[in-house]
Amino acid sequence: MADATDYSDDVVAVPLRHPARWIFGGLAALLLLSFIYAVASAKSIQYELVAKFLFDHRILEGMVVTLYVTVICMVCGATLATLLAIMKLSENPIQRWLATGFIEFFRGTPLLLQIVFWGYLGIIFPQLVLGVPYTDIVFLSGDTSDLIPALVAGIIALSLNEAAYSAEIVRAGILAVDGGQVEAAKSLGMSSSYTMRKIVLPQAMRVIIPPMGNEFIGMLKNTSLLQLIAVAELYTAASTISSANLAQIELLIVSGFWYLVMTTVLGFPQRALEKRYGRGFESVGGRAAPRAFKVGRR
Amino acid sequence: MTELMVDARSVRKSYGTNQVLNGISLTVEQGEVLCIIGPSGSGKSTFLRCLNHLESINGGRIYVNDELMGYRQVGKVLHELKPKDIARQRQSIGMVFQRFNLFPHMTALQNVIEAPIGVAGVSSDDAKKLGLELLAQVGLADKADHYPAQLSGGQQQRVAIARALAMKPKLMLFDEPTSALDPELVGDVLDVMKSLAKAGMTMIVVTHEMGFAREVADKVVFIDKGLIVEQGTPKQVLDNPKESRTKAFLNKVL
Repeated sequence: MADATDYSDDVVAVPLRHPARWIFGGLAALLLLSFIYAVASAKSIQYELVAKFLFDHRILEGMVVTLYVTVICMVCGATLATLLAIMKLSENPIQRWLATGFIEFFRGTPLLLQIVFWGYLGIIFPQLVLGVPYTDIVFLSGDTSDLIPALVAGIIALSLNEAAYSAEIVRAGILAVDGGQVEAAKSLGMSSSYTMRKIVLPQAMRVIIPPMGNEFIGMLKNTSLLQLIAVAELYTAASTISSANLAQIELLIVSGFWYLVMTTVLGFPQRALEKRYGRGFESVGGRAAPRAFKVGRR
Repeated sequence: MTELMVDARSVRKSYGTNQVLNGISLTVEQGEVLCIIGPSGSGKSTFLRCLNHLESINGGRIYVNDELMGYRQVGKVLHELKPKDIARQRQSIGMVFQRFNLFPHMTALQNVIEAPIGVAGVSSDDAKKLGLELLAQVGLADKADHYPAQLSGGQQQRVAIARALAMKPKLMLFDEPTSALDPELVGDVLDVMKSLAKAGMTMIVVTHEMGFAREVADKVVFIDKGLIVEQGTPKQVLDNPKESRTKAFLNKVL
């Protein structure tokens, strides 16, 4: 019988060769290099202009606007989405109908249209009054364009649209939590709102975060649509410059570069969040699972 | 002087046209251990879930600790209780599930102290102290910081028992607590349940563990097709069953 210290029968095999990988890898590299060469050698692109405007203060200021509009819209959107998802799963039919109606409406119309609508709200309602109807009590009144400037209109439009889309993501996350969890919580005397906050949502987060990362990136890029209502975000800044110096392609490269940087950087907090909400699940679907697919030598 | 802990009066339950419980009446006195046995689909788990109003009943009445479960009776009219009143009733009834249902995102200790802190309003220091005591009581003092996924089935079920005990229940319901366990892990869970019974806890246990029923139960009830077929002491029901259906069932499981 072989004992544990006898290594003479260790499996030390010559690894399987993968010639197809090398062929495809070579082809892909070739294509990529020729594309880079074509772009780099294009006479029509003035790279000194790209370099000049890459750190232009208007571009950097636009980036700041893009970032904070994205964060505000995602926070408002996700909060409202959670509310909508809970309403849609409610036993109360009125809540279900309200949530469904909201989601259908904001998913069913183009985002572009919604942005323009909020941006030009002042044309439909020149004056806004907030108060108690049929009384003289008025909390707030004034011109729509003063109360809802373009930036606020843009944030409202993007947040509401985001809420409608992510409501379904949150709902899917809630539905993914095992029903036994709610029963256990009930049997301990927890109320349904406590159960939702402490038991269901923390577990749903695991399912919610990856698609929400997608939504975040989508939101970051969708802020460029606010150019239509003249919010000074990154794309607006780039197009304002290019309409003056006619260097459209160069400024598209500048803004494209920064969008890519921002979406890449935003991937890091997502991984941290996934780790945070993956606690307790490691051996089920987290870090331990992929190991089974890896083959290694001792 | 003994007191009634559970008083179930002709409890009926149906899902649509499917009648699951056909009028079950039984009583459990304080400190008593009742084991419910019966074939799968007989309604024994459903009955248990009716006791803490996880399922609402269609007929009969259930009193736990002299309180009507799930309803308020005014004259002859029943009114549904508010969710928070039902939640309050459930606080004095602990439940242990077949599939443990531990909260996977919390450590063993967090599982135990979540309800005392969040529901009963115990301070977090006191809850922690109580939680560690209870984990020690079920033999898992060293696993307090482990997540459920890092524990064996038997350990998870013992954490689940500690979690239910943390609310200081007057009654404990066990729904086939060992059915999802590997055979060699069953003993540890049953030992914990035995010591609970010895300490005077009122328990209702739906189980297939005839050995446990014989050793610990004060009373055994055999349920089939939503009705009590036979009840009595373990000796009467398990060793000298009168009804042919009880005999047939016991022949299969023993």
